[in-house]
Amino acid sequence: MRTTFQALVLAALTVTSAAQAITVEEVKSPGGITAYLAQDHTNPIIGLSFMFAGGSALDPDAKLGLSGMATALLDEGAGDLDSFAFQSELEDRAISLRFSADRDSVRGSLSTTTQASAKAYELLNLAMTKPRFDAEPTERVRRQIQVSLKSEAENPNRIASRTLMAALFPDHPYGRFDNGTPESVAAITADDLKQWVKTRLAKDRLLVAAVGDITPKQLGEALDKIFGPLPATTGLDARLPEVRATAKAQEIKVEKDLPQSVIYIGQPGIKRVDPDWYVAQVLDYSFGSGSFASRLMDEVREKRGLAYSVFSSLQPLDAGAFMMGGAGTRSDQAAQSLEVMRAEWKKIQADGLTESELDDAKKYLTGAWPLRFSSTGRIAETLLAVQKDKLGLDYLDKRNSYIEKVTLADTKRVAAKLYQPDALTVVVVGPAAKAAEPKPKRDRERKSTPNP
Amino acid sequence: MFMKICQTTLALASVVAFAAPASAELYGAKSATLANGMQIVAIANHRAPVVAHMVWYRAGAADEPPGKSGIAHFLEHLMFKGTAKYPDGIMDEVVARNGGEQNAFTSHDFTAYYQNIAVDRLPLVMEIEADRMRNLVLAPKEVDTEREVIIEERRMRVDNQPASILDERLDAGLWMTNRYGIPILGWEKEMRGLSRDDAFTFYHRFYAPQNAILVVSGDITLEQLKPLAEKYYGAIARDGEPNARQRATDLAPTADVSVSYADARVRQPRWWRKWIAPSYNVGDKADVYALNVFEEIAGSGSTSKLYRSLVVDRKVAADVNASYDPGAVSYGTFTIGLNPSPGISPEQAAAALNEELAKLLKDGISDADVARAKDRILAGLVFAKDSALGAAQAVGGMLVVGIPLEEIENLPERLKAVTADQVRAVARKVIETSASGTAILLPKAGA
Repeated sequence: MRTTFQALVLAALTVTSAAQAITVEEVKSPGGITAYLAQDHTNPIIGLSFMFAGGSALDPDAKLGLSGMATALLDEGAGDLDSFAFQSELEDRAISLRFSADRDSVRGSLSTTTQASAKAYELLNLAMTKPRFDAEPTERVRRQIQVSLKSEAENPNRIASRTLMAALFPDHPYGRFDNGTPESVAAITADDLKQWVKTRLAKDRLLVAAVGDITPKQLGEALDKIFGPLPATTGLDARLPEVRATAKAQEIKVEKDLPQSVIYIGQPGIKRVDPDWYVAQVLDYSFGSGSFASRLMDEVREKRGLAYSVFSSLQPLDAGAFMMGGAGTRSDQAAQSLEVMRAEWKKIQADGLTESELDDAKKYLTGAWPLRFSSTGRIAETLLAVQKDKLGLDYLDKRNSYIEKVTLADTKRVAAKLYQPDALTVVVVGPAAKAAEPKPKRDRERKSTPNP
Repeated sequence: MFMKICQTTLALASVVAFAAPASAELYGAKSATLANGMQIVAIANHRAPVVAHMVWYRAGAADEPPGKSGIAHFLEHLMFKGTAKYPDGIMDEVVARNGGEQNAFTSHDFTAYYQNIAVDRLPLVMEIEADRMRNLVLAPKEVDTEREVIIEERRMRVDNQPASILDERLDAGLWMTNRYGIPILGWEKEMRGLSRDDAFTFYHRFYAPQNAILVVSGDITLEQLKPLAEKYYGAIARDGEPNARQRATDLAPTADVSVSYADARVRQPRWWRKWIAPSYNVGDKADVYALNVFEEIAGSGSTSKLYRSLVVDRKVAADVNASYDPGAVSYGTFTIGLNPSPGISPEQAAAALNEELAKLLKDGISDADVARAKDRILAGLVFAKDSALGAAQAVGGMLVVGIPLEEIENLPERLKAVTADQVRAVARKVIETSASGTAILLPKAGA
């Protein structure tokens, strides 16, 4: 029987006006599954990225780590294929299939050659619809998680981030260490894993992006083959209660005998849907996410040599946003680094950005936008994010105009309410503070001595 | 996340070993040489109007004078400070204002600088990179502050990580007089003594066109690149001969070293062993491709022989992994590492590994295993060209250690030619007769 082609190309827009631009289409499969597609037939490669709303924050307390363990097991045997057979099918064809869970979603990515694509789709479908959870791989993956929990317990950055999340979200699933504990991981049963599949993987919470050597028609067929058999919906509500991150001055010390202390600073942030998001993005670039163009890097590293890494970032989780700054700094100067960072927090709240900082930030953020489209995986992840945040198919075209619109007054207005220097949660992982003399300040003017 | 990184792991090198697609034109890299001796390479990938622009210098930590460990990496940091034309660190700002990202990394054999940027800004970054090849200006104060930064980097990457402390000790014992035994970041005491003069001495000796390779990957062809390269890099005068790099190859053949380290911060014990192995430059080149196949069979992925025996069947390890790094001017390394399962000591896991390795080398590698491993590697090569930066890193990383472009592009043919007997022979040679270093990382008793 001939099948009829029903994939609809709803719209086609280009990401830049340059000659070699990426065209993004929305494709709807005959079975009604939609996906964003960027075709590229240069290399015989296809990449799929997809996500299901609802992640590890939905795991029950007693089974914390369930989403992590389940996603690690989906490709460890499915249908008639045991773990070895399933993995062999992937590896023999250089198919890469990965699942993971973050707090808000379950994510997957598939990368395959065009030649192996039919097999790749079949294996991906099997992994989501008929995972086996055989005893051997289940116990093996449990051992691996137990080992990684131990490794994380020695990692100062992981300790700092766990502590920060617990302090920012004390009464919310976001505050838990979502990889679990040795006890909660030990408590996860085969039934829990099967139930996880039934309740988490459904079409009503699915988003898909495809990139590479595939036509809309082929993608429509692939979507139905891969995701069509999933249930339309499950009984589980993926939404979490809305939460506001802790806004109070507090300092939490985690004593570890380390030559370098890790400082993490957190406070409430801004959600992706907030109309001021782009202003915040510009602010954060100049503040600490813009690497060597940022104030934190300039003050802490370039002028004072207090740290190698120092940064800030916006963290817009679905049910509650936070923002953070961090640094790794020699333990006997941790107090000074923290003082410098606090001062920057105060300064940006009081004054926003300067005209030249705003200009620099806009130029970088708009100019670097095409760099997002330099590999199959990065393009697919970008297209997925556009769908998740409901930015629309024309976002790739319009995004730079949103950045361009930000004014100096915007930066002052948003900085004044966003940055809260008097309500910072500070985590320091390092040795107990010694009662040492505070070091003299070594302020250095960066541009005071022009070279001849 | 952090710029001006230091290449202290095998990650890049392993990518280098295998990153080439399986078509007749692997990367499709095109090369020319400027009159001043600088090689220029273009790798076309027209998907987006962007390029990765990289300059590789044939000078790394193994080229440092005795007592000056870390100077190659320190100079890498200082290269961002400025020139008369771009003073006081503004090159970072200029690149960022033009929508570019820039970074650099240092290994034992090379130092590399790169920018990812829109193709219409390529002349700008070429101008900056060419300018700082010869015209670096360093204020003494900047040098002093940056010295603190590299020491912080060492604290982050080494002192705060017990596994890195141990790996440093292991390399010192394993490599003896070979400069690969010196940490790329440097020994802290020597780092503290690195001066502005030391940086300039290294710079003036090695940063010149005859020691440099330009690789531009992305929306560019060699025909488009040539006039730009002539204009910016061609204007720089040759300064002596290319760095000959006579690396030590006089290691005692079977001196096995074992180092154990107990640290109160360690919760999960670990075990790894490095064998001195052939590289593209030392030993028979055919051995390199055969060892690549052995790596795939023995310890690459969850269907590999060692994973099946140690992790799945005997359950003594939570994971096991083999990695081969042949991209070196001197010897390469072959490494097997594992995390023991809960309740199993590193020694117990290592004893099981030795038994399984012995079985594998005796009669555990079938002709079918070899054919399958070759097919898997070849199938995966198609992805190498996907990312512009990835392709530039792979090609540049091989060229800079002296692997000719033809050899790089012919990787699939070389792999196809590998026989099962070659794989069995070279595996036995390396595992049974090469010098090795064993690292055992332990929690401190009572901690």
